[in-house]
Amino acid sequence: MVIREKFIVTKRFNSIAVTLMVIGLLAIVGLYATQGAKSDPHAQARFWGSLLQNSVYFLLVVNAAMFFICATTLAWGGWQISFRRVSEAVSACVPVIGTICGVILLLICFGGNHEIYHWTDTEHVQHDRILSFKSGFLNKNFFAVMTVLTIVAWSLLGRKMRKLSQSIDDKPLTVEEGKKYMWNNTVWAALYIIVFSLTVMSSIPWLWLMSIDAHWYSTMYSWYTFASTFVAGIALITLFVVFLKNNNYLELTNEEHLHDLGKFMFAFSIFWTYLWFSQFMLIWYANIPEETTYFKPRAQGMYSGIFWLMFIINFLAPLLILMRRGSKRNYTTITFMSLLIIFGHWLDFFQMVFPGHQKEHVPMILWDFGVALGFVGLIMFLTGRALSKVPLLAKNHPFIKESVIHHT
Amino acid sequence: MAVKKFITGNFYDEAVLFPAVKKVRRAGYKIHDVFTPFPIHGLDTAMGLRDTSLHTAGFIYGITGTATAVGFITWALTIDWQLNFGGKPFFSLPAWIPITFELTVLFAAVGMVLTFCYLCQLAPFVKKDHFNLRSTDDTFVMALECTDTTNEGEAIGFLQSLGAVEVGVQYKETGWWLGRYDRDRKRFEKKIEPAH
Repeated sequence: MVIREKFIVTKRFNSIAVTLMVIGLLAIVGLYATQGAKSDPHAQARFWGSLLQNSVYFLLVVNAAMFFICATTLAWGGWQISFRRVSEAVSACVPVIGTICGVILLLICFGGNHEIYHWTDTEHVQHDRILSFKSGFLNKNFFAVMTVLTIVAWSLLGRKMRKLSQSIDDKPLTVEEGKKYMWNNTVWAALYIIVFSLTVMSSIPWLWLMSIDAHWYSTMYSWYTFASTFVAGIALITLFVVFLKNNNYLELTNEEHLHDLGKFMFAFSIFWTYLWFSQFMLIWYANIPEETTYFKPRAQGMYSGIFWLMFIINFLAPLLILMRRGSKRNYTTITFMSLLIIFGHWLDFFQMVFPGHQKEHVPMILWDFGVALGFVGLIMFLTGRALSKVPLLAKNHPFIKESVIHHT
Repeated sequence: MAVKKFITGNFYDEAVLFPAVKKVRRAGYKIHDVFTPFPIHGLDTAMGLRDTSLHTAGFIYGITGTATAVGFITWALTIDWQLNFGGKPFFSLPAWIPITFELTVLFAAVGMVLTFCYLCQLAPFVKKDHFNLRSTDDTFVMALECTDTTNEGEAIGFLQSLGAVEVGVQYKETGWWLGRYDRDRKRFEKKIEPAH
């Protein structure tokens, strides 16, 4: 079998990526001209909300690829090695998108507009009993330090994992070296998981997203955000795997690996629903006004249309379509479902960001979709570049054989 | 119960077994089953077994559980015995989701276990018979089912040429207490020999 070692970025691929990025920029400019440039802080928040939603969502999605690598490394899983470089390339977007996201977050936090994060208004906080009680956690300095530290930690640890993987490309390992390599990998992956659990799985969604509704809180919120981005991250990896397969790369990856990715999407779609519902049901049952304010506009108010659409896309469709073995092994279905899931969880983030400050009416979602296309183009561009730099197969990884003979 | 005639052979090595399965199938023999002490990856594909229908059955059981739960709770709490829980409407679906979920899992799990037992013909009072007891220990036992056209001597020679040892002819009863009849029950009826 001939193995095509390197991915060559075609002109067509790059031109699509650049076109999408231009669309995104146009959407940002258009949104700024119509909303962001106004003196009304409420309209400005509409503009910043769109940037917040898209940058945070896509940052967490590409970061989920590194979580996938580290979690499977810790579990000593071998099946994903044949397309491991794809997950690595997706996670290589973290530094760039992280920088964009960090700048946007700091601008919102320190920009003087208190519509989105109204806890940044120090005068208001003094008269607000709940917010002044929370001010040890919800204050500008803590927010800035956490944001910067988190993004730097994700970027550096992710880079370390990628470098570890690339370091053995030119030298086959002996058994002893292989053991040492696996141990090294395990330690760094564990370190990443610890950072991940202290950020994505706990504090970061509270700071970046939940603090939009600063009076309300839910301890499940971060888990639920994690589930949302993880399933979208798996869908993104799947899309790139399918794309490369269609262009005759990744000779050693076949529908057995696709099947397992499909299982991940199926399982974590249900996991997301489970978390969403667990969060909802307790609040619904207790029916305490300060808690129900969060769900009132989202599930019953103006945003309920998006909510039900999301319910169908993120739960019913994966449950019923991905349940069959055949559909997880079929390239067409799995591509369609990946696109659907990425879009569905993007809607989920729309629901997290906008009802908190755009209470009068649902903002025109096409603008946000344009911005999202820009980020999609950016991810395509960065991932394509990362894929073309290193061999597509981690051929000296100790577990590569396990991946080649893998079947479900 | 019908009695059928089989030709059995022992294999000691997976590397011998897999090519043998392929060649036996290509030669047109009917493989009754291959008995192994542990699951062997890929053997089912090599034997050309179809996928089990167990998961379809599981889906149907699950749906039945969902319907039972929703149906019963709806009837009980909205028609038969209306209760006011904290001013909520009588038909308040979110509160019933956990029970619905539990019943779905329960129905699917219990139903699938029972179906599995049925498909494998497992029950406390069913006597299981072995072609060769070593298939529970250290060898892989292949059993070919003889049809009208099978030439016994040829088949035995063929299996031996593929690396099988202890090749021999055996007669076995098929089917069991629940409706798995074989139409041709008389063909081998008079020649029952005890299994070794």
